[in-house]
Amino acid sequence: MKRLGLAAALAILATVPLWVGGTYYVNIASQILFYAIFALGVNVLAGYAGLVSLGHAGLFGIAAYAGARIMNDGHGQVVVAAGALGVTLLVSAIFAVLALRGTGLGFVMITVALGQIVWGVAYRWISITNGDNGIAIRGRPSPLGLSLTSPASFYWATLVVFLIAVGSIAVFVASPFGASVRGTRDQPRRMNALGYHVWMIRFLSFLFSGFWSGVAGLLYLYYNQFVSPQAVALTASAEALLMVIAGGTATLLGPIAGAALVVVVKNVASAYIERWNFVLGAIFVVIVVFMPEGLVPGTVRRWRRAMAALRPRATAAG
Amino acid sequence: MNLWVVLAVNSITLGGLLFLLSAGFSLIFGLMKIPNLTHGSFFMLGAYLATSLIAHGFDFWTAAIVGGLLVAALGGIVERLILRRLVGAELAQVLVTLGLSFMIADVCLLVWTGDPIRIATPSALRGATSVMGLGFPTYRLAISLIAVVFAVVLWALLDRTRLGAMIRAGVDDPAMARVVGIRVSRLFTIVFCLGAWLAGFAGVIGGPILSVYPGLDQEMLPLALVVVILGGSGSLLGSLVGSFVVGFLYNFGQAMFPELAYVVLFLPMLVVLVVRPQGLFGRLAA
Repeated sequence: MKRLGLAAALAILATVPLWVGGTYYVNIASQILFYAIFALGVNVLAGYAGLVSLGHAGLFGIAAYAGARIMNDGHGQVVVAAGALGVTLLVSAIFAVLALRGTGLGFVMITVALGQIVWGVAYRWISITNGDNGIAIRGRPSPLGLSLTSPASFYWATLVVFLIAVGSIAVFVASPFGASVRGTRDQPRRMNALGYHVWMIRFLSFLFSGFWSGVAGLLYLYYNQFVSPQAVALTASAEALLMVIAGGTATLLGPIAGAALVVVVKNVASAYIERWNFVLGAIFVVIVVFMPEGLVPGTVRRWRRAMAALRPRATAAG
Repeated sequence: MNLWVVLAVNSITLGGLLFLLSAGFSLIFGLMKIPNLTHGSFFMLGAYLATSLIAHGFDFWTAAIVGGLLVAALGGIVERLILRRLVGAELAQVLVTLGLSFMIADVCLLVWTGDPIRIATPSALRGATSVMGLGFPTYRLAISLIAVVFAVVLWALLDRTRLGAMIRAGVDDPAMARVVGIRVSRLFTIVFCLGAWLAGFAGVIGGPILSVYPGLDQEMLPLALVVVILGGSGSLLGSLVGSFVVGFLYNFGQAMFPELAYVVLFLPMLVVLVVRPQGLFGRLAA
């Protein structure tokens, strides 16, 4: 049954460009996929390790900026991808060392500050980042000689990366290491007493999370063929966190559903109203106040409660 | 006048503004354990409200106080209606304050448009004052003076009054404070309103120097965060020292390394984090 569902989901995902109708929707589907990769990366830290980062757009953006710089220096695609992800991992390691000086709220505040440093560099260090004007690249790469210029081909390439991301994170979560990550979230002292190196477990989770954020950032660069400080703003970090929380933290499907929700609402809302930021803030407040566990688990809970409320009445009547 | 003297005066002025902003942030964080990410929005909203009040014929100082009060009222509503529901859920509080900051920023953009608005310097404080043979901009001196006065008043409030003693008790051990009959939840509201008022007021008196524009909130918030991380949360002295350190770094950084001003600003914070994670004047969390 589960395999059948998985096969059906794969079939639906793989054929999106064939039935969705119109390049506009194919492009939205691509956006959902790479934002879902980003949200999955944030979720590794926020959900499974219990460390909420509000600076991940910095890592996402560094991958995009590094990719754009390396590409504009005339290097090949493999160098671009490897270089961008290498830089992202290095910066993730620095961020992790600093941010892991705190846990809980301290961690949140430090990541906000680190994210703002990246924003400040992107915005002000004009000789490297071209400031507010951003950096444009000359085109999408063509891995294995396949052109990614058309929306459908880019979608399929993104889908492949997305599936690798989902697979690797599923393996990560199910592995003994994944269990130890959850252990450091729930009972750090006991984990320490049991002989686990809590700091190292968190550090490695941070790297893993940063890596997927970087992959998503690189796909974002290829998709837009442009990157500007907007990609690293606090709003972008908050959006990623909203995807995770809206969908449900520490679940595999939650961040994907959350990414779909945010991307769709963002595109729909911005087509009808200018006030996307207001809507984003309002969604945040409503979800946190009324469905703190996320939309997917929250809806399930409310549905169950509604059904449970119906049932005794039905028996009493009968 | 010598460039360095100008920079120093500007640094002290910015430090004074930051102290008003971050003292409230630090108190709220120390007492309620809420990193109030709407604090930058309170600063910006206060300034915007004052521009409208001044346009309706109020004088500068009335506008500053009333603008602060309106922001404090909003803070009280936020605290009572939203944050109160989320007691103990720290992460939820962070996210709610962040969501609110987006909403406030968007409403400000809608009401006051995207153009920067400059608040006119009060006429009595225009021009320069000569001190020890050097001419200083009077208004900047006035801001520094206001910050010093507020530092003394806040210190007296916290250290010398019954309310202050109750707040300190709440910071140290909220559960014990409740047991001895202090209504900690009412303290939360008072401190949150006070912090919001200080932020709004700081926004107004910063107006003649910084102007008000969209994005001011996101520019001030990290500065307040750095001050609190540097100085240690819940410590008034920490906020004061941290504010002036940040004020100096920001102005001298911008003069000497214009492209890297932001990075220069965060470096000491990183050093403090590595050497003394609880901040210069903070105590280790229990």
